Amino acid sequence: MISKILVPVKRVVDYSVKIRIRNDKLGVDTESVKMSMNPFDEIALEEAVRLKEKGIVKEVVAISLGPPGCTETLRTAMALGADRSIHVETNQDIQPLGVAKVLQKIVLKENPQLVFTGKQAIDDDSNQTAQLLAGLLGWNQATFASKVELKPDEEKVIVTREVDGGLETLSVNLPSVLSADLRLNQPRFAKLQNIMKARKMPIERLTPEQVGVDVTPRTKILSITEPPTRKSGVKVNSVEELVDKLKKEGIL
Amino acid sequence: MHRLRLLNTGIRTQQICRKFHSTPARRVGSLHSFSEEEKLLKDTVARFAKEVIAPKVKKMDDISLMDPTIIRALFEQGLMGIETSATYGGNGMNFTSAILAIEEIAKVDPSVSVVVDVQNTLVSIPLRRWGTEEQQQKYLPRLCTDTVGCFCLSEWGSGSDAFALQTTARREGNSFVLNGTKAWITNSGESQFFIVFANVDHSMGYKGITAFIVTKHNTGIKIGKRENKLGLRASSTCEVNLVNCVVSEQDVLGEVGKGYKYAIETLNEGRIGIAAQMCGLAQGALDHTIPYLMQRKQFGQTIASFQGVRFDYAWLATEIEAARLLTYNAARLQEEGKPFTKEAAMAKLFSSEVATRVASKCVEMLGGVGFTKDFPVEKYYRDCKIGQIYEGTTNIQLETIGKLVVKEYE
Repeated sequence: MISKILVPVKRVVDYSVKIRIRNDKLGVDTESVKMSMNPFDEIALEEAVRLKEKGIVKEVVAISLGPPGCTETLRTAMALGADRSIHVETNQDIQPLGVAKVLQKIVLKENPQLVFTGKQAIDDDSNQTAQLLAGLLGWNQATFASKVELKPDEEKVIVTREVDGGLETLSVNLPSVLSADLRLNQPRFAKLQNIMKARKMPIERLTPEQVGVDVTPRTKILSITEPPTRKSGVKVNSVEELVDKLKKEGIL
Repeated sequence: MHRLRLLNTGIRTQQICRKFHSTPARRVGSLHSFSEEEKLLKDTVARFAKEVIAPKVKKMDDISLMDPTIIRALFEQGLMGIETSATYGGNGMNFTSAILAIEEIAKVDPSVSVVVDVQNTLVSIPLRRWGTEEQQQKYLPRLCTDTVGCFCLSEWGSGSDAFALQTTARREGNSFVLNGTKAWITNSGESQFFIVFANVDHSMGYKGITAFIVTKHNTGIKIGKRENKLGLRASSTCEVNLVNCVVSEQDVLGEVGKGYKYAIETLNEGRIGIAAQMCGLAQGALDHTIPYLMQRKQFGQTIASFQGVRFDYAWLATEIEAARLLTYNAARLQEEGKPFTKEAAMAKLFSSEVATRVASKCVEMLGGVGFTKDFPVEKYYRDCKIGQIYEGTTNIQLETIGKLVVKEYE
């Protein structure tokens, strides 16, 4: 049995919301827009909780960096099965390097054997935090996990990763940083019983200063624009017609 | 008439029986201000409804049968014991939480919503409020985890005139023997637990009406004819037959002869649940309609951009919002221990009317597709009608409200 998995969760615009670009073109409109836990983080959390339910992990700790609204995300995490949570509060723009540095400090304090994040956040699609964290810690990493088999007695975890060429299975020694991909599992719904229990569960509150990290953004967004509107395609009636059109376009 | 006096006793008892299960809402915000757990519950139930219930809605309606896996899922999620205290296996949440759950589910399927509504209001309230400690310990945990219940008041000869019920309860030693036929009982097809209203002494009129707890273990209770309905088809509505049904005196709910009071108070509160169901139904119909209107074009523009159509859905949205606010306000009044009978009746009256208007208009705005079963909106049109009928018809609500209005001037 391993003692702890740390699961970073990010508060993002809900996947079902139609996003709008702000007038200053420097970001996306998040004013009175529905926010939720990043879906990939939910998948990572679900995996961690399942391992706890199997008796392989003792404690699952959720952590979030961000504005006051993150407490809602952390309550959700606890309603889904995390034992306790940590909120590092900041109103700065959240960027992967800042997150990774904060997580590194927390890892040194909490000593988890595994850090399990989502592969990327659906707001910036950076896909960097897990990798940066592994680098800062000097730990190995197994990203895009679609299957995880924890072997605590052998102090390793077997991870199947989704890569461009197919599936790759790695054996990684603990401690390790993992990131979850879509097909790892189907997250549960928070049961009402657990929503009520989560009310009373502790959220440790910290600031980046207390943790000893400067989370000032290192990259500056110059502008955000919508992609060009997709032009409608052409429907063809036969394979011959298709080949003909492709030839005319110079593709064949 | 004595109905007014009954309503008075109802209000006072409600004020005494207040139980706060979680943080009372501070009224510094709008009626859309919710506590953290209310928000979390609303989001969770919305997702649950969309992912677990939505795929099965059409089939359940077509075959007029609730999918047992849905009922199991409702129990597993804790949705069948929302307010019941954790001591008895429930979730100890507040009334607004139950209202939000009922509303969110109704957006997807009003039939599933009514299962949750009846279980959490009509069945749970009497037991929690007037049950003995033994009864609560014996029955509440089952109602929270695996047993569907129903509220058996109406009969073929007594709907609005509920207290004209004919089911008798004859005392025999330590028991009562119940005989009669209940009609229109929601959830009865899946129920193992029944709250049955019967009269122990017809010469006393409504003051003989007594509430009894009956389960499938009692002999002499049988589910009869299942209604073939216009709407809410997946929800079972059946006859319940009592033939020499023996009920121990331990299973009398509250006091003999006080059943009429329990029925009124329960229904006063339960109708806020129906109001929530109707709000959800209306919103669900609109949610299926507007996106289509924004896509379909005629005469070179989207249907949604025609001013006549725009004025239509602007009205619908306004009415839904008004209905919702009436509903949330009635729920908050209940939580605060304040009188809510008038507001609850207003909420149910208005929401059911709005649901009918919205569903009808949505079918119309959709045009031809709205009229086909391939599109989900015709189901909302069929489902909405019961809102003006059950748990107190529209005319009964108007009577209730009218009499309370006059009282304010006396």
